[in-house]
Amino acid sequence: MSKKQKKELRLIIIAGVLFIVLEILTVVPICPQVFNNKWISMGLFTVPYLIVGLNVIKKSIKGIYNKQLLDESFLMVIATVGAYITGEYAEACAVMLFYQVGEFFQQYAVKKSRKSIKDLMDIAPESAFVERKDGSVEEVFPDEVEIDDIIVVKPGEKIPVDGTVISGESMINTAALTGESVPRSVHPGCDIISGCVNGEGLIRLKAAKKYEDSTVARILELVENASEKKAVTENFITRFAIYYTPIVVICALLLAVVPSTVLGNPLSWIYRACTFLVISCPCALVISVPLSFFGGIGAASRNGVLVKGSNYLELLADIEVLVTDKTGTLTKGVFEVNKVEVMPGYTEDEVISVAAVAESMSTHPIAVSIRNYWNLQLVSDDVDNKNKENSAIPGNTANLKLKSDNLIYTLKDIQNITGKGLKATILDADQSEHTVYVGKRQLMIEKAVKGFSDVSSEAGGSTVVYVAKGNKALGIIYISDTIKGEAAKALESVRKEGVKSVVLLTGDDKRVGDYTASVLGIDIVESELLPEEKVAKLEEMINANTGKGKIGYIGDGINDAPVLTRADVGIAMGGIGSDAAIEAADVVVMDDNLMHLGSVMRIARKTTRIAKQNIIFALAVKVGVLILGALGIANMWAAVFADVGVAVICILNAMRMLKNQKEKHQ
Amino acid sequence: MKKRFKLEELDCAHCASKMEKAINALDGVNSATVNFMQQKLTIDCDDDSFYEIMDKVEKEIKKIEPDCSIVR
Repeated sequence: MSKKQKKELRLIIIAGVLFIVLEILTVVPICPQVFNNKWISMGLFTVPYLIVGLNVIKKSIKGIYNKQLLDESFLMVIATVGAYITGEYAEACAVMLFYQVGEFFQQYAVKKSRKSIKDLMDIAPESAFVERKDGSVEEVFPDEVEIDDIIVVKPGEKIPVDGTVISGESMINTAALTGESVPRSVHPGCDIISGCVNGEGLIRLKAAKKYEDSTVARILELVENASEKKAVTENFITRFAIYYTPIVVICALLLAVVPSTVLGNPLSWIYRACTFLVISCPCALVISVPLSFFGGIGAASRNGVLVKGSNYLELLADIEVLVTDKTGTLTKGVFEVNKVEVMPGYTEDEVISVAAVAESMSTHPIAVSIRNYWNLQLVSDDVDNKNKENSAIPGNTANLKLKSDNLIYTLKDIQNITGKGLKATILDADQSEHTVYVGKRQLMIEKAVKGFSDVSSEAGGSTVVYVAKGNKALGIIYISDTIKGEAAKALESVRKEGVKSVVLLTGDDKRVGDYTASVLGIDIVESELLPEEKVAKLEEMINANTGKGKIGYIGDGINDAPVLTRADVGIAMGGIGSDAAIEAADVVVMDDNLMHLGSVMRIARKTTRIAKQNIIFALAVKVGVLILGALGIANMWAAVFADVGVAVICILNAMRMLKNQKEKHQ
Repeated sequence: MKKRFKLEELDCAHCASKMEKAINALDGVNSATVNFMQQKLTIDCDDDSFYEIMDKVEKEIKKIEPDCSIVR
């Protein structure tokens, strides 16, 4: 509790006690001549009124000076003064008292939730310990760390910048970033990201990035910006608040003047008008709705999911169609060659050597798996390093010597045929030059390669790579990827959260797509799509979608950034390492655990539900009391409840979002 | 130029949205948001007259909630 709050509490208690004593003295006939005298009694009740209400009066005077006539304090003062005029001075005093009690609770609740939110976002490292060349260790601000500085991280400290461990072993806790509660073990050579908390061991790491480019700074930046993108509900409330107060005040004025000219009894009507003024602040809504969304974003980030704005939380809650990518999203994205089918007249070595050499420049997981299978080593390259990086780009030439089992191969030219495979010129171990094709069946048909057998029925979900030399078929390589263990369960959990259909868009063969879909119970499969066709398919679905339900897309952000951007909500998996994914997506799942998907949808739905509850509850009570007040049934007590009481209840309701932030994945 | 400021003693949510509206209406301000929960003002305004604009912003804030102040 702050000093200011303590002072306020003291004033409330003093005024409260005085008020109760005065009430008792008025009711109990001790000295009726004094306490039942209208003027004396009025003067006596003014004492607690001023004790508790002086700040409000001061504020309202400042408000008049600043031309803020619709200020809450000013309206409260008018209302209570109105009550005085109508002779209800005890009630005026009580209303001011309870208004202050309500404000006090409101402040307290706001403070509490501000703190919870701050704790939630508390991933920023305060300092970094840099080891200088002479061995001394200096404490600096994280943003003063330079790339390649050596940083010492003691047990229990936050990792200040992204870097690589150079000595020491420890378990690091990534929970604040990924929601994963099991600590990760690190040893020299491991890359670690900032914002994680070091466990028991002391580690030294070499800074790979400056603070502002590090994971933690980027995440904080996103979270800070998140509240700028307001949800539709929030905007509605802001607009509503602008009109609400003036309308209620005008109604109050009309109520005070019009009926009494016809029906007489002006004091009663003034009293009713005063109840209106007490209810004229839309605070309950203005605080609690953004608080719910803020809490929702906080709860999601606690679970390792970054939501880039309140609006996306709202959209997440409305997802009815979930479109998903396959490789790296539903599957682990780790490929292994599990079978090589050789066409008559060739050997397995011939098939795999051609494929491995041709794919030697590619970073595609399938290429990597073929290379790993054959244990290919780079002997020399004639291109300098800069070119080497670029040579994975289609059309670039390379001149690579590669070695396996003491046989030297040279890759002379590669040409990437997007979405289909590649064409390469290679020099065999015997120095004969060949044009080879490695890729999908479609490529083989285009290049008129003949002689492939049909894909064996055991293939299941394997990806199939065709290998041809010139126009002769060499063989077929079967490569399989494992479906993530939690994939089926995760899809089931999103269905529980309102997803009606799951669609798989994949660049893979129809056979692989169908297999994955049947294992995971996916409703619609579209296979053999080129990246731009994925966007087109999604666009088709968005155009065809006329209902309220939204279309979400989930991918790993590696080659589907355009699709992520185009979807109503783009969700990127495993975003913690991928800048492109963080950039393109609206929602970023930090690690690649699919179960987070269900959690974040549950959080989103809970958030929008709470926001709606608050709106309905606050409006119903306010409108109800306004009507009853106009009819003379509800008194000022009810009005105070409808104002601050409702605000406190709504805040408490919104604060549910900040509790139990940790979702359980069974 | 986009800048963030902390607002102290921002106690009323309704006032925060009034401030936001008032600041957005100032000349030279491209966009501004007042976050009640984080007690933060994010403002995007013209570079050359930045200090003048901030003085005006402070005035608007004081008008709406006299106790509230910008930390800058």
